[in-house]
Amino acid sequence: MSRHVVCSADELPPGSRKVVVVDGREIGVFNVEGRLHALLNRCPHGGAAICSGVVTGLSQSSGPGDYRLERRGEFLRCPWHGWEFDMATGQSWCDPRRTKVRSFEVKLEAGSELVMGPYVAERYPVTVEGAYIVVDL
Amino acid sequence: MNAPFMEQKARQTLAVVDCDIHPAHRTPGELLPYLEPRWREHYQTYGVHVRQALPSALMYPRMMAGGMRADSLPQGGGPAGSDLDLLRKQHLDPVNVEFGLLMALSKGGMEERNPGLAAALSRATNEWQIDRWVREEPRLRAGIVVPQEFPEAAVAEIERCAGDRRYVQIMLSSRPSDPLGHRRYWPIYEAAERAGLPIGLHPVGYNGGHPSTGSGWPTFYLQEHYVFVACMEALAASLIVEGVFERFPKLKVVLVEGGFGWAPALAWRMDRHFEKFRKEVPHLKRRPSEYLREHVWWTTQPIEEPAQSRHIVEIIDWIGWDRLLYSSDYPHWDYDNPSFAFKFPMTEQQRRKIFRDNAMALYRLA
Repeated sequence: MSRHVVCSADELPPGSRKVVVVDGREIGVFNVEGRLHALLNRCPHGGAAICSGVVTGLSQSSGPGDYRLERRGEFLRCPWHGWEFDMATGQSWCDPRRTKVRSFEVKLEAGSELVMGPYVAERYPVTVEGAYIVVDL
Repeated sequence: MNAPFMEQKARQTLAVVDCDIHPAHRTPGELLPYLEPRWREHYQTYGVHVRQALPSALMYPRMMAGGMRADSLPQGGGPAGSDLDLLRKQHLDPVNVEFGLLMALSKGGMEERNPGLAAALSRATNEWQIDRWVREEPRLRAGIVVPQEFPEAAVAEIERCAGDRRYVQIMLSSRPSDPLGHRRYWPIYEAAERAGLPIGLHPVGYNGGHPSTGSGWPTFYLQEHYVFVACMEALAASLIVEGVFERFPKLKVVLVEGGFGWAPALAWRMDRHFEKFRKEVPHLKRRPSEYLREHVWWTTQPIEEPAQSRHIVEIIDWIGWDRLLYSSDYPHWDYDNPSFAFKFPMTEQQRRKIFRDNAMALYRLA
Protein backbone atom coordinates (compact mmCIF):
# COMPACT_ATOMS: atom_id res chain seq x y z
CA MET A 1 0.00 0.00 0.00
CA SER A 2 1.31 3.42 -0.89
CA ARG A 3 -0.07 6.83 -0.10
CA HIS A 4 -0.24 9.57 -2.71
CA VAL A 5 -0.96 13.25 -2.35
CA VAL A 6 -3.15 14.00 -5.33
CA CYS A 7 -4.07 17.65 -4.82
CA SER A 8 -4.59 20.33 -2.22
CA ALA A 9 -7.92 20.45 -0.41
CA ASP A 10 -8.68 23.82 -2.07
CA GLU A 11 -8.64 22.17 -5.47
CA LEU A 12 -11.42 19.77 -4.51
CA PRO A 13 -14.26 21.77 -2.94
CA PRO A 14 -17.62 20.08 -2.22
CA GLY A 15 -19.46 19.25 -5.44
CA SER A 16 -16.26 18.87 -7.46
CA ARG A 17 -14.25 15.99 -8.82
CA LYS A 18 -10.89 15.42 -10.41
CA VAL A 19 -9.40 12.63 -12.51
CA VAL A 20 -5.78 12.05 -11.52
CA VAL A 21 -3.12 9.59 -12.61
CA VAL A 22 -1.47 7.69 -9.76
CA ASP A 23 1.05 4.96 -10.50
CA GLY A 24 -0.18 4.90 -14.10
CA ARG A 25 -3.77 4.38 -13.06
CA GLU A 26 -6.56 6.87 -13.69
CA ILE A 27 -8.46 7.55 -10.51
CA GLY A 28 -11.44 9.82 -10.00
CA VAL A 29 -11.47 11.71 -6.70
CA PHE A 30 -14.84 13.13 -5.63
CA ASN A 31 -15.94 15.52 -2.92
CA VAL A 32 -19.67 15.01 -2.36
CA GLU A 33 -20.86 17.39 0.39
CA GLY A 34 -17.60 16.91 2.23
CA ARG A 35 -17.49 13.11 1.79
CA LEU A 36 -14.44 12.02 -0.18
CA HIS A 37 -14.41 9.09 -2.61
CA ALA A 38 -11.71 7.69 -4.89
CA LEU A 39 -12.66 5.26 -7.69
CA LEU A 40 -10.79 3.66 -10.56
CA ASN A 41 -11.84 5.40 -13.79
CA ARG A 42 -13.01 2.22 -15.48
CA CYS A 43 -16.50 0.77 -15.40
CA PRO A 44 -16.32 -2.97 -14.58
CA HIS A 45 -19.42 -3.62 -16.70
CA GLY A 46 -18.72 -2.06 -20.11
CA GLY A 47 -15.33 -0.35 -19.84
CA ALA A 48 -16.39 3.33 -19.85
CA ALA A 49 -14.37 6.07 -18.17
CA ILE A 50 -16.90 6.03 -15.38
CA CYS A 51 -15.72 9.05 -13.40
CA SER A 52 -17.31 11.46 -15.88
CA GLY A 53 -20.71 10.05 -14.86
CA VAL A 54 -23.45 11.82 -12.93
CA VAL A 55 -23.46 11.69 -9.12
CA THR A 56 -26.97 10.68 -8.20
CA GLY A 57 -29.20 8.80 -5.74
CA LEU A 58 -31.52 5.84 -5.95
CA SER A 59 -35.09 5.95 -7.11
CA GLN A 60 -36.91 3.45 -4.91
CA SER A 61 -40.42 2.12 -4.76
CA SER A 62 -42.48 -0.15 -2.56
CA GLY A 63 -44.87 -0.83 -5.45
CA PRO A 64 -46.50 0.74 -8.52
CA GLY A 65 -47.53 4.32 -7.85
CA ASP A 66 -45.00 4.93 -5.10
CA TYR A 67 -41.65 6.56 -5.85
CA ARG A 68 -38.98 7.92 -3.54
CA LEU A 69 -35.58 9.41 -4.19
CA GLU A 70 -33.19 8.15 -1.57
CA ARG A 71 -29.50 8.27 -0.71
CA ARG A 72 -28.93 11.33 -2.89
CA GLY A 73 -25.32 11.93 -3.83
CA GLU A 74 -24.20 8.44 -2.83
CA PHE A 75 -24.15 6.83 -6.29
CA LEU A 76 -22.18 7.34 -9.48
CA ARG A 77 -24.03 6.58 -12.72
CA CYS A 78 -21.92 5.31 -15.62
CA PRO A 79 -22.05 7.57 -18.70
CA TRP A 80 -22.68 4.64 -21.06
CA HIS A 81 -25.14 2.02 -19.85
CA GLY A 82 -26.24 3.84 -16.72
CA TRP A 83 -25.13 1.25 -14.13
CA GLU A 84 -25.16 2.83 -10.67
CA PHE A 85 -22.33 2.30 -8.20
CA ASP A 86 -22.27 3.01 -4.47
CA MET A 87 -19.38 5.45 -4.24
CA ALA A 88 -18.47 4.40 -0.71
CA THR A 89 -18.08 0.69 -1.47
CA GLY A 90 -17.72 0.56 -5.26
CA GLN A 91 -20.55 -1.98 -5.43
CA SER A 92 -23.03 -1.81 -8.29
CA TRP A 93 -26.70 -1.60 -7.36
CA CYS A 94 -27.68 -4.32 -9.88
CA ASP A 95 -24.98 -6.85 -9.12
CA PRO A 96 -23.24 -5.81 -5.89
CA ARG A 97 -21.42 -9.08 -5.33
CA ARG A 98 -19.80 -9.55 -8.72
CA THR A 99 -19.67 -6.14 -10.39
CA LYS A 100 -17.76 -3.53 -8.42
CA VAL A 101 -15.76 -0.52 -9.45
CA ARG A 102 -12.42 -0.51 -7.67
CA SER A 103 -12.49 1.98 -4.77
CA PHE A 104 -9.59 3.37 -2.76
CA GLU A 105 -9.25 4.91 0.64
CA VAL A 106 -9.03 8.67 0.44
CA LYS A 107 -8.47 11.21 3.24
CA LEU A 108 -7.98 14.83 3.96
CA GLU A 109 -4.60 15.25 5.69
CA ALA A 110 -2.80 18.23 7.18
CA GLY A 111 0.46 19.21 5.50
CA SER A 112 2.21 19.04 8.86
CA GLU A 113 1.43 15.31 9.04
CA LEU A 114 2.53 14.64 5.52
CA VAL A 115 5.93 16.33 5.59
CA MET A 116 6.92 14.24 8.61
CA GLY A 117 5.75 10.87 7.34
CA PRO A 118 7.84 8.38 5.34
CA TYR A 119 4.97 7.72 2.94
CA VAL A 120 4.66 10.73 0.62
CA ALA A 121 5.11 9.08 -2.71
CA GLU A 122 3.98 11.78 -5.07
CA ARG A 123 6.07 14.84 -5.92
CA TYR A 124 3.29 17.22 -5.07
CA PRO A 125 4.49 20.40 -3.36
CA VAL A 126 3.33 20.09 0.24
CA THR A 127 3.53 22.81 2.85
CA VAL A 128 3.07 22.48 6.58
CA GLU A 129 0.22 25.00 6.50
CA GLY A 130 -1.81 23.34 3.76
CA ALA A 131 -4.39 20.53 3.72
CA TYR A 132 -4.26 17.79 1.09
CA ILE A 133 -6.23 14.96 -0.45
CA VAL A 134 -4.36 11.69 0.00
CA VAL A 135 -5.23 8.42 -1.77
CA ASP A 136 -4.12 4.98 -0.56
CA LEU A 137 -3.31 2.56 -3.34
CA MET B 1 -1.83 16.57 -11.59
CA ASN B 2 -5.19 16.72 -13.31
CA ALA B 3 -5.21 14.08 -16.05
CA PRO B 4 -6.18 15.04 -19.59
CA PHE B 5 -9.61 13.90 -20.70
CA MET B 6 -9.57 10.11 -20.73
CA GLU B 7 -7.53 8.94 -23.67
CA GLN B 8 -7.79 5.22 -24.14
CA LYS B 9 -4.74 3.49 -25.47
CA ALA B 10 -5.09 1.22 -28.49
CA ARG B 11 -5.01 -1.99 -26.52
CA GLN B 12 -7.55 -3.81 -28.70
CA THR B 13 -5.16 -5.73 -30.91
CA LEU B 14 -7.65 -7.66 -33.04
CA ALA B 15 -8.94 -5.47 -35.86
CA VAL B 16 -12.72 -5.23 -35.88
CA VAL B 17 -15.45 -4.38 -38.34
CA ASP B 18 -18.16 -2.32 -36.65
CA CYS B 19 -21.52 -2.79 -38.37
CA ASP B 20 -23.45 0.02 -36.67
CA ILE B 21 -22.09 3.57 -36.32
CA HIS B 22 -24.46 6.55 -36.30
CA PRO B 23 -23.30 9.77 -37.94
CA ALA B 24 -25.24 12.92 -37.00
CA HIS B 25 -25.75 16.35 -38.52
CA ARG B 26 -23.74 19.17 -36.92
CA THR B 27 -26.50 21.68 -37.64
CA PRO B 28 -30.17 21.39 -38.65
CA GLY B 29 -29.38 22.75 -42.12
CA GLU B 30 -26.60 20.31 -42.89
CA LEU B 31 -28.45 18.53 -45.71
CA LEU B 32 -29.41 21.75 -47.52
CA PRO B 33 -26.38 21.88 -49.86
CA TYR B 34 -27.19 18.34 -51.00
CA LEU B 35 -30.83 19.08 -51.92
CA GLU B 36 -32.01 20.33 -55.29
CA PRO B 37 -33.32 23.93 -55.13
CA ARG B 38 -36.96 22.79 -55.29
CA TRP B 39 -36.59 20.58 -52.21
CA ARG B 40 -34.30 22.99 -50.44
CA GLU B 41 -37.08 25.52 -50.62
CA HIS B 42 -39.64 22.97 -49.43
CA TYR B 43 -37.40 21.94 -46.57
CA GLN B 44 -36.92 25.54 -45.46
CA THR B 45 -40.58 26.45 -45.85
CA TYR B 46 -42.31 23.36 -44.48
CA GLY B 47 -39.63 21.20 -42.90
CA VAL B 48 -39.73 17.42 -42.89
CA HIS B 49 -42.54 15.19 -41.73
CA VAL B 50 -40.61 13.26 -39.14
CA ARG B 51 -39.29 15.12 -36.13
CA GLN B 52 -38.52 12.20 -33.89
CA ALA B 53 -35.43 10.61 -35.36
CA LEU B 54 -32.20 10.81 -33.43
CA PRO B 55 -30.71 13.14 -32.34
CA SER B 56 -33.80 15.38 -32.10
CA ALA B 57 -36.36 15.22 -29.29
CA LEU B 58 -37.20 11.61 -28.54
CA MET B 59 -40.65 10.23 -28.03
CA TYR B 60 -39.36 8.01 -25.24
CA PRO B 61 -36.88 10.05 -23.21
CA ARG B 62 -33.74 8.12 -22.37
CA MET B 63 -32.24 8.31 -18.92
CA MET B 64 -29.23 10.27 -20.10
CA ALA B 65 -27.83 12.64 -22.69
CA GLY B 66 -30.71 12.32 -25.16
CA GLY B 67 -29.98 8.63 -25.71
CA MET B 68 -26.28 9.18 -26.25
CA ARG B 69 -23.15 8.07 -24.45
CA ALA B 70 -22.86 10.91 -21.94
CA ASP B 71 -19.18 11.31 -22.82
CA SER B 72 -19.74 11.56 -26.57
CA LEU B 73 -20.87 15.20 -26.87
CA PRO B 74 -18.24 17.10 -28.88
CA GLN B 75 -16.52 19.79 -26.82
CA GLY B 76 -16.81 22.21 -29.74
CA GLY B 77 -20.62 21.88 -29.79
CA GLY B 78 -23.02 19.93 -31.99
CA PRO B 79 -24.74 16.65 -31.18
CA ALA B 80 -23.11 13.31 -30.39
CA GLY B 81 -21.92 11.56 -33.53
CA SER B 82 -21.43 14.80 -35.48
CA ASP B 83 -17.67 15.16 -34.97
CA LEU B 84 -15.45 12.89 -37.05
CA ASP B 85 -12.34 13.60 -34.99
CA LEU B 86 -14.10 12.56 -31.79
CA LEU B 87 -15.39 9.40 -33.50
CA ARG B 88 -11.78 8.58 -34.40
CA LYS B 89 -10.42 9.39 -30.96
CA GLN B 90 -13.16 7.78 -28.92
CA HIS B 91 -13.92 4.74 -31.03
CA LEU B 92 -12.17 4.01 -34.36
CA ASP B 93 -8.61 4.30 -32.98
CA PRO B 94 -8.81 2.73 -29.48
CA VAL B 95 -11.11 -0.09 -30.62
CA ASN B 96 -8.97 -0.74 -33.72
CA VAL B 97 -11.81 -0.47 -36.24
CA GLU B 98 -10.69 -1.64 -39.66
CA PHE B 99 -14.03 -0.78 -41.27
CA GLY B 100 -17.02 1.03 -39.76
CA LEU B 101 -20.45 0.88 -41.37
CA LEU B 102 -22.53 4.05 -41.17
CA MET B 103 -26.20 3.88 -40.30
CA ALA B 104 -27.58 7.35 -41.05
CA LEU B 105 -30.84 7.64 -39.12
CA SER B 106 -31.53 11.33 -39.12
CA LYS B 107 -33.82 12.90 -41.72
CA GLY B 108 -33.33 10.26 -44.36
CA GLY B 109 -36.19 9.40 -46.61
CA MET B 110 -37.08 6.15 -44.89
CA GLU B 111 -39.86 7.69 -42.85
CA GLU B 112 -40.85 10.75 -44.88
CA ARG B 113 -44.42 10.55 -46.20
CA ASN B 114 -44.10 13.11 -48.98
CA PRO B 115 -42.86 10.95 -51.88
CA GLY B 116 -40.79 13.58 -53.67
CA LEU B 117 -39.22 14.84 -50.48
CA ALA B 118 -38.51 11.27 -49.35
CA ALA B 119 -36.55 10.62 -52.53
CA ALA B 120 -34.70 13.94 -52.29
CA LEU B 121 -33.77 13.45 -48.61
CA SER B 122 -32.54 9.93 -49.26
CA ARG B 123 -30.30 11.06 -52.07
CA ALA B 124 -29.03 14.01 -50.03
CA THR B 125 -28.31 11.76 -47.05
CA ASN B 126 -26.37 9.35 -49.23
CA GLU B 127 -24.27 12.09 -50.79
CA TRP B 128 -23.73 13.62 -47.34
CA GLN B 129 -22.44 10.29 -45.99
CA ILE B 130 -19.81 10.11 -48.73
CA ASP B 131 -18.91 13.78 -48.67
CA ARG B 132 -18.69 14.36 -44.94
CA TRP B 133 -17.62 10.92 -43.67
CA VAL B 134 -16.38 8.31 -46.14
CA ARG B 135 -14.26 10.67 -48.22
CA GLU B 136 -12.69 12.09 -45.04
CA GLU B 137 -12.20 8.78 -43.27
CA PRO B 138 -11.31 5.78 -45.45
CA ARG B 139 -12.26 3.31 -42.69
CA LEU B 140 -15.94 4.26 -43.00
CA ARG B 141 -18.51 2.84 -45.44
CA ALA B 142 -21.96 4.18 -46.25
CA GLY B 143 -25.34 2.45 -46.29
CA ILE B 144 -27.81 3.45 -49.02
CA VAL B 145 -30.78 5.22 -47.44
CA VAL B 146 -33.89 4.78 -49.58
CA PRO B 147 -37.46 6.16 -49.64
CA GLN B 148 -38.62 2.72 -48.65
CA GLU B 149 -42.36 3.36 -48.75
CA PHE B 150 -42.01 4.34 -52.44
CA PRO B 151 -40.24 1.32 -53.92
CA GLU B 152 -39.94 2.73 -57.43
CA ALA B 153 -37.97 5.70 -56.12
CA ALA B 154 -36.05 3.42 -53.77
CA VAL B 155 -34.95 1.28 -56.72
CA ALA B 156 -33.79 4.38 -58.60
CA GLU B 157 -31.67 5.44 -55.60
CA ILE B 158 -30.19 1.95 -55.23
CA GLU B 159 -29.27 1.94 -58.90
CA ARG B 160 -27.74 5.40 -58.65
CA CYS B 161 -25.42 4.31 -55.81
CA ALA B 162 -24.88 0.63 -56.52
CA GLY B 163 -21.75 0.83 -58.65
CA ASP B 164 -19.89 2.79 -55.95
CA ARG B 165 -18.21 0.37 -53.53
CA ARG B 166 -18.21 2.99 -50.79
CA TYR B 167 -21.86 1.97 -50.32
CA VAL B 168 -21.91 -1.54 -48.87
CA GLN B 169 -25.57 -2.16 -48.04
CA ILE B 170 -29.12 -0.89 -48.39
CA MET B 171 -30.72 0.40 -45.22
CA LEU B 172 -34.36 -0.19 -44.41
CA SER B 173 -36.27 0.84 -41.31
CA SER B 174 -37.58 -2.05 -39.27
CA ARG B 175 -40.68 0.05 -38.61
CA PRO B 176 -42.21 0.13 -42.08
CA SER B 177 -45.81 0.84 -43.05
CA ASP B 178 -46.42 -2.81 -43.97
CA PRO B 179 -44.61 -5.99 -42.97
CA LEU B 180 -41.55 -6.06 -45.22
CA GLY B 181 -42.43 -9.36 -46.86
CA HIS B 182 -45.35 -7.58 -48.59
CA ARG B 183 -45.05 -7.74 -52.35
CA ARG B 184 -45.05 -3.99 -52.82
CA TYR B 185 -41.52 -3.98 -51.37
CA TRP B 186 -40.24 -6.71 -53.67
CA PRO B 187 -38.76 -4.32 -56.26
CA ILE B 188 -36.34 -3.22 -53.52
CA TYR B 189 -35.21 -6.81 -52.96
CA GLU B 190 -34.89 -7.39 -56.66
CA ALA B 191 -32.63 -4.32 -56.92
CA ALA B 192 -30.63 -5.43 -53.87
CA GLU B 193 -30.06 -8.86 -55.33
CA ARG B 194 -29.09 -7.37 -58.69
CA ALA B 195 -26.63 -5.00 -57.01
CA GLY B 196 -25.25 -7.78 -54.78
CA LEU B 197 -25.87 -5.66 -51.67
CA PRO B 198 -27.24 -6.94 -48.35
CA ILE B 199 -30.28 -5.27 -46.78
CA GLY B 200 -29.59 -3.86 -43.29
CA LEU B 201 -32.72 -3.53 -41.17
CA HIS B 202 -32.34 -0.98 -38.38
CA PRO B 203 -35.02 0.53 -36.11
CA VAL B 204 -35.66 4.12 -37.16
CA GLY B 205 -38.00 6.55 -35.45
CA TYR B 206 -41.71 5.91 -35.29
CA ASN B 207 -42.88 5.43 -38.84
CA GLY B 208 -45.66 3.51 -40.38
CA GLY B 209 -48.47 4.95 -38.31
CA HIS B 210 -48.30 1.90 -36.10
CA PRO B 211 -47.61 1.72 -32.38
CA SER B 212 -44.34 -0.03 -31.68
CA THR B 213 -46.12 -3.06 -30.23
CA GLY B 214 -49.06 -4.99 -31.63
CA SER B 215 -51.11 -3.98 -28.59
CA GLY B 216 -50.37 -0.25 -28.47
CA TRP B 217 -47.68 2.13 -27.35
CA PRO B 218 -45.52 1.06 -24.41
CA THR B 219 -45.46 3.08 -21.21
CA PHE B 220 -41.77 3.01 -20.34
CA TYR B 221 -38.54 3.37 -22.29
CA LEU B 222 -37.47 -0.02 -20.96
CA GLN B 223 -40.34 -1.54 -22.96
CA GLU B 224 -39.76 0.65 -26.00
CA HIS B 225 -36.13 -0.48 -26.09
CA TYR B 226 -37.13 -4.12 -25.86
CA VAL B 227 -39.71 -3.92 -28.66
CA PHE B 228 -36.94 -3.53 -31.25
CA VAL B 229 -36.95 -7.30 -30.86
CA ALA B 230 -40.67 -7.66 -31.54
CA CYS B 231 -40.38 -5.58 -34.75
CA MET B 232 -37.48 -7.68 -36.02
CA GLU B 233 -39.21 -10.93 -35.17
CA ALA B 234 -42.33 -9.90 -37.10
CA LEU B 235 -40.27 -8.79 -40.10
CA ALA B 236 -38.10 -11.91 -40.19
CA ALA B 237 -41.25 -14.04 -40.19
CA SER B 238 -42.86 -11.85 -42.85
CA LEU B 239 -39.87 -12.07 -45.21
CA ILE B 240 -39.74 -15.83 -44.80
CA VAL B 241 -43.43 -16.71 -44.97
CA GLU B 242 -44.34 -14.36 -47.82
CA GLY B 243 -41.71 -16.14 -49.90
CA VAL B 244 -39.19 -13.32 -50.37
CA PHE B 245 -36.22 -15.67 -50.03
CA GLU B 246 -37.81 -18.21 -52.33
CA ARG B 247 -38.25 -15.51 -54.99
CA PHE B 248 -34.83 -13.86 -54.34
CA PRO B 249 -32.51 -16.74 -53.46
CA LYS B 250 -29.39 -14.57 -53.27
CA LEU B 251 -30.89 -11.93 -50.95
CA LYS B 252 -29.05 -11.38 -47.67
CA VAL B 253 -30.65 -9.57 -44.74
CA VAL B 254 -28.87 -8.20 -41.66
CA LEU B 255 -30.96 -7.56 -38.56
CA VAL B 256 -29.24 -4.67 -36.80
CA GLU B 257 -29.86 -3.94 -33.12
CA GLY B 258 -32.73 -6.36 -32.83
CA GLY B 259 -31.01 -9.01 -30.68
CA PHE B 260 -30.61 -12.63 -31.67
CA GLY B 261 -31.55 -14.66 -28.58
CA TRP B 262 -35.07 -15.09 -29.90
CA ALA B 263 -34.00 -16.70 -33.20
CA PRO B 264 -34.21 -20.38 -32.19
CA ALA B 265 -37.63 -20.00 -30.55
CA LEU B 266 -39.09 -18.28 -33.61
CA ALA B 267 -37.64 -20.93 -35.91
CA TRP B 268 -38.90 -23.85 -33.80
CA ARG B 269 -42.38 -22.43 -33.67
CA MET B 270 -42.56 -21.63 -37.38
CA ASP B 271 -41.19 -25.04 -38.34
CA ARG B 272 -43.73 -26.79 -36.17
CA HIS B 273 -46.64 -24.90 -37.69
CA PHE B 274 -45.23 -25.29 -41.19
CA GLU B 275 -45.67 -29.04 -40.86
CA LYS B 276 -49.38 -28.52 -40.27
CA PHE B 277 -50.13 -25.55 -42.50
CA ARG B 278 -47.85 -25.98 -45.48
CA LYS B 279 -50.81 -26.13 -47.83
CA GLU B 280 -51.55 -22.53 -46.93
CA VAL B 281 -48.08 -21.46 -48.12
CA PRO B 282 -47.23 -23.84 -50.97
CA HIS B 283 -44.73 -21.28 -52.31
CA LEU B 284 -42.38 -22.26 -49.46
CA LYS B 285 -40.24 -25.18 -50.54
CA ARG B 286 -38.28 -25.53 -47.31
CA ARG B 287 -38.84 -25.23 -43.58
CA PRO B 288 -38.89 -21.62 -42.32
CA SER B 289 -35.78 -22.21 -40.20
CA GLU B 290 -33.78 -23.04 -43.32
CA TYR B 291 -34.53 -19.65 -44.86
CA LEU B 292 -33.68 -17.97 -41.56
CA ARG B 293 -30.32 -19.67 -41.31
CA GLU B 294 -29.40 -19.20 -44.93
CA HIS B 295 -30.47 -15.59 -45.52
CA VAL B 296 -30.22 -13.77 -42.19
CA TRP B 297 -27.24 -12.24 -40.36
CA TRP B 298 -27.38 -10.63 -36.91
CA THR B 299 -25.45 -7.79 -35.32
CA THR B 300 -24.43 -8.18 -31.70
CA GLN B 301 -25.28 -4.91 -29.98
CA PRO B 302 -26.90 -4.61 -27.50
CA ILE B 303 -25.46 -7.99 -26.64
CA GLU B 304 -27.61 -10.35 -24.63
CA GLU B 305 -26.20 -10.68 -21.09
CA PRO B 306 -27.61 -13.81 -19.45
CA ALA B 307 -26.52 -14.56 -15.88
CA GLN B 308 -25.01 -17.82 -17.14
CA SER B 309 -22.78 -17.01 -20.07
CA ARG B 310 -22.99 -20.52 -21.53
CA HIS B 311 -26.64 -19.86 -22.43
CA ILE B 312 -25.58 -17.31 -25.01
CA VAL B 313 -23.01 -19.74 -26.44
CA GLU B 314 -25.75 -22.33 -26.96
CA ILE B 315 -27.84 -19.80 -28.88
CA ILE B 316 -24.91 -18.83 -31.10
CA ASP B 317 -24.18 -22.51 -31.71
CA TRP B 318 -27.72 -22.78 -33.06
CA ILE B 319 -27.57 -19.59 -35.18
CA GLY B 320 -24.05 -20.28 -36.44
CA TRP B 321 -20.80 -18.50 -35.53
CA ASP B 322 -20.54 -17.32 -39.12
CA ARG B 323 -23.77 -15.31 -38.83
CA LEU B 324 -22.97 -12.81 -36.07
CA LEU B 325 -21.47 -9.39 -36.79
CA TYR B 326 -19.93 -7.11 -34.16
CA SER B 327 -21.61 -3.72 -33.81
CA SER B 328 -21.04 -0.89 -31.34
CA ASP B 329 -23.97 1.52 -31.90
CA TYR B 330 -21.60 4.45 -31.30
CA PRO B 331 -22.47 7.06 -30.02
CA HIS B 332 -25.68 5.75 -28.47
CA TRP B 333 -25.89 5.11 -24.73
CA ASP B 334 -26.00 1.34 -25.07
CA TYR B 335 -22.65 1.28 -26.92
CA ASP B 336 -20.81 -2.07 -26.79
CA ASN B 337 -17.03 -1.97 -26.44
CA PRO B 338 -15.59 -5.19 -27.93
CA SER B 339 -13.14 -5.63 -25.06
CA PHE B 340 -15.85 -5.61 -22.40
CA ALA B 341 -19.24 -6.48 -23.84
CA PHE B 342 -18.64 -10.12 -24.71
CA LYS B 343 -18.71 -11.92 -21.39
CA PHE B 344 -18.83 -15.47 -22.70
CA PRO B 345 -16.05 -17.83 -23.74
CA MET B 346 -15.00 -17.86 -27.39
CA THR B 347 -12.23 -19.60 -29.26
CA GLU B 348 -9.80 -17.40 -31.15
CA GLN B 349 -11.44 -18.47 -34.40
CA GLN B 350 -14.95 -17.66 -33.18
CA ARG B 351 -13.75 -14.27 -31.96
CA ARG B 352 -12.19 -13.48 -35.34
CA LYS B 353 -15.38 -14.43 -37.13
CA ILE B 354 -17.69 -12.28 -35.03
CA PHE B 355 -15.41 -9.27 -34.78
CA ARG B 356 -14.11 -9.17 -38.32
CA ASP B 357 -14.22 -12.02 -40.81
CA ASN B 358 -17.99 -12.51 -41.11
CA ALA B 359 -18.53 -8.84 -41.97
CA MET B 360 -15.53 -8.73 -44.33
CA ALA B 361 -17.06 -11.58 -46.33
CA LEU B 362 -20.70 -10.48 -46.20
CA TYR B 363 -20.03 -6.88 -47.21
CA ARG B 364 -17.06 -7.75 -49.46
CA LEU B 365 -14.93 -5.17 -47.66
CA ALA B 366 -11.46 -4.39 -48.90
